[in-house]
Amino acid sequence: MILERKDILGIKELSMDEILLILDTADSFIEISTRDIKKVPTLRGKTIINLFYEASTRTRTSFEIAGKRLSADTINISASTSSVVKGETLLDTARNLEAMNPDVIVIRHSAAGAPHMLAGMVKQSIINAGDGAHEHPTQALLDMMTIRAKKGRLENLNIAIVGDIAHSRVARSNIYGLKKMGSQVTVAGPATMIPRDIEQMGVNVHSSLDEAIKGADVIMMLRIQLERQHLNIFPSLREYAQRFCLSKKNISLAKKDVLVMHPGPINRGVEISPDIADGPYSVILDQVTNGVAVRMALLYLLTGGKA
Amino acid sequence: MKNKNRVVMDAEAIDRSLTRVAYEILEKNKGLDDLVLIGIRTGGICLANRIQRKIAAMEGIKVPLGILDVTLYRDDLLRTNKKPRIGKTDITFSLDNRKVVLVDDVLFTGRTIRAAMDALIDFGRPRLIQLAVLIDRGHRELPIRADFVGKNLPSSLWEDVSVNLTEKDGVDEVVIEMDTEE
Repeated sequence: MILERKDILGIKELSMDEILLILDTADSFIEISTRDIKKVPTLRGKTIINLFYEASTRTRTSFEIAGKRLSADTINISASTSSVVKGETLLDTARNLEAMNPDVIVIRHSAAGAPHMLAGMVKQSIINAGDGAHEHPTQALLDMMTIRAKKGRLENLNIAIVGDIAHSRVARSNIYGLKKMGSQVTVAGPATMIPRDIEQMGVNVHSSLDEAIKGADVIMMLRIQLERQHLNIFPSLREYAQRFCLSKKNISLAKKDVLVMHPGPINRGVEISPDIADGPYSVILDQVTNGVAVRMALLYLLTGGKA
Repeated sequence: MKNKNRVVMDAEAIDRSLTRVAYEILEKNKGLDDLVLIGIRTGGICLANRIQRKIAAMEGIKVPLGILDVTLYRDDLLRTNKKPRIGKTDITFSLDNRKVVLVDDVLFTGRTIRAAMDALIDFGRPRLIQLAVLIDRGHRELPIRADFVGKNLPSSLWEDVSVNLTEKDGVDEVVIEMDTEE
């Protein structure tokens, strides 16, 4: 089984076998990050450009570390310090980068579909590191890797995803992935944060946190995007926290061995209380560790020769 | 074309060879001090396990055993689009100042062993590295030789040598297969 694609744009188009190949490969990459010398020579001479049009610490650092541990040269470009501020279009930027012959371009952009457009225009492999409210495939892969490592499987699990579903690319990618792998997904959040047609993705919908997490094997809390507060999608942070903050009070509704996940960055006391974020159910930092391995796996599987 | 498979070693022959290799490892290293075995994925793992058991039966000591996947160190990796599946590397002990015996099933071009040595040196600085193989079939492309050889098996380049082992293939045998593709 080989990954026969040029790009990783979303979970929607990946098959179950492709997802398993990526996760199995990532499992084998975990060990490299525990060595004294955290580097293998595999991608020596390859160049990876991280093109980030949106703020990011975790994802960008994770891609950079993943590339470096495989001996690739990684270059970071963020919109605020690039020609974007001079008005260059995405396509022009990409064409110019293409002319410098990188092997992989990792892109995050606020516009859904931006990576897809680039993939059709340049010969390099494109990895989507988050496009608008559309998809964030590497996050879903690292989430699935973390769940599989802890639960031993990805099928027949009850997964609750709570928060701003409408604006969450993490939620969409995870729904595609977890449904594909055979789990049940329930989403919950204030009505203004639930997309109207979400049932078509095959998920259950609840308007209360308690209902959603009842009997859950995994709870994924989404970040409340404070920068979107002006959109008036919820009255106040305090009210949101009262209804949807995961805390000691409600976590007992879930299964005893529930996993609590969060893609970060967390707003402590808004979507998750500190004692839960730092508590025994939390696998938030495992997610970050696994993120490096998943990205190493993708870089390995996408970069090849000509034969 | 007819399938011309020839069994050149059976279970007994393999077992006797491994017993001799285990004795030679002890003899050459004058005991077990600082000795570790590293099996190269996948054929080398079963053989390293068996050598470990044989040494334990002779000396009453279980020498440390690690598993190495050399895929990420291969020199042909980026020349093809066919990416081998990566297996886990599992070396839970330090290699510093250890006598490392690499174990593999077939020694052929020597490229796997080159990759394995590069990988080992990323894990530490062994005092020495030795090589034990069940079959040496010749045709080296690098200046590498084995310290312990189960059987020298001169072969032609259009033959395939397969080491089948009970743990993974259900039977112990070494088979020469004619390449009937062309």
